[in-house]
Amino acid sequence: MALHFELVTPARLVRSDDVYMVVVPGTEGEFGVLEGHAPFMSTVRDGTLRVYKAEGSQPEEIQVQGGFAEVGENGLTVLAEHVD
Amino acid sequence: MASLKELKGRINSVKSTQKITKAKQMVAAAKLRKAQAAAEAARPYAARLATVMGSIASKITVSESSPKLLAGTGNDQIHLLVVANSDKGLAGAFNSNIVKAALVAARRLRAEGKTVLFYLVGRKGRAVIRREYPKDILAMFDTTEVREPGYTEAEKIAAELVTLYEAGKFDVAHLFYSKFRSALVQEPTEQQIIPVPAPKVAETAAGSAAVEYEPDEEEILAALLPRYLKTQLFGALLENMASEQGASMTAMDNATRNAGDLIGKLTIQYNRSRQAAITTELIEIIAGAEAL
Repeated sequence: MALHFELVTPARLVRSDDVYMVVVPGTEGEFGVLEGHAPFMSTVRDGTLRVYKAEGSQPEEIQVQGGFAEVGENGLTVLAEHVD
Repeated sequence: MASLKELKGRINSVKSTQKITKAKQMVAAAKLRKAQAAAEAARPYAARLATVMGSIASKITVSESSPKLLAGTGNDQIHLLVVANSDKGLAGAFNSNIVKAALVAARRLRAEGKTVLFYLVGRKGRAVIRREYPKDILAMFDTTEVREPGYTEAEKIAAELVTLYEAGKFDVAHLFYSKFRSALVQEPTEQQIIPVPAPKVAETAAGSAAVEYEPDEEEILAALLPRYLKTQLFGALLENMASEQGASMTAMDNATRNAGDLIGKLTIQYNRSRQAAITTELIEIIAGAEAL
């Protein structure tokens, strides 16, 4: 039971792990992605990406600026322009 | 015949030239490795963005209402040639090959009766293009202050291009840069960047059927297009950087070898004249002794 999560910037592949849940700051509101999420695509506003390694664990926060989130069969891919 | 002292001076000067070319070659080799790694690291983003573009573009029919960046201005009269060069020389024919490709395209477009404008990135190549088309340089982008052009530069260039495009300064933009094949081979490449050519659709049969979009497809596409342009420019800058280092390495390797050959020849000449001088001296002494 894990969601494959990839965070990519133009310069490099920042993260590629299996995690429990990721909360993405979409332009029309935050949304959480768990395993088995329906195919989905959204633009991302500047904000904080929260990565939950396991259920109930402390989230890891990643600042992202501008980009896209895509949920497909291979999990969640976030394409961000800048990552801090 | 040059005097011994002159020859010695020349040998020394060639030797110091060789030292410089050798150092430059080693620097280029180290930078090449870095540039190649950077180009490789940028690939996942570009590949994923292209997939996303492809899947969205396949859902939208290009019409009047589509974003201008995809649909074009409906004209193709004014062509903008974006020529990406480096700032430094000592890279063999790297810059002149790119400029040559751009000039060939400019002539071809002119012959078709189009208007050709230039947008120059990097310091090299300005002089040549300015000489041939003094009035047609729309803008220049200066990269001399940054050590390595990166994503920020690509962003700036893309923003400037989009502004010019929206102001109606040109209808079609082509990008000229050097594609990196290997350290020995760099290919000057022409690529249309505006309007954005729709990427080939890699259909993932099951997944693409019921994708939900938030906001809708058109808005995502509108946000995606400038980003796609940036990525392409960024990719070109990276390829260019790797090519520059590759070309520089090869050119400097040749230069070092030529300097070595020249030193060999000069040393032989130097030794010959030294021996000739000694022989002459001996003959003079012997002749003098015999005369007594």
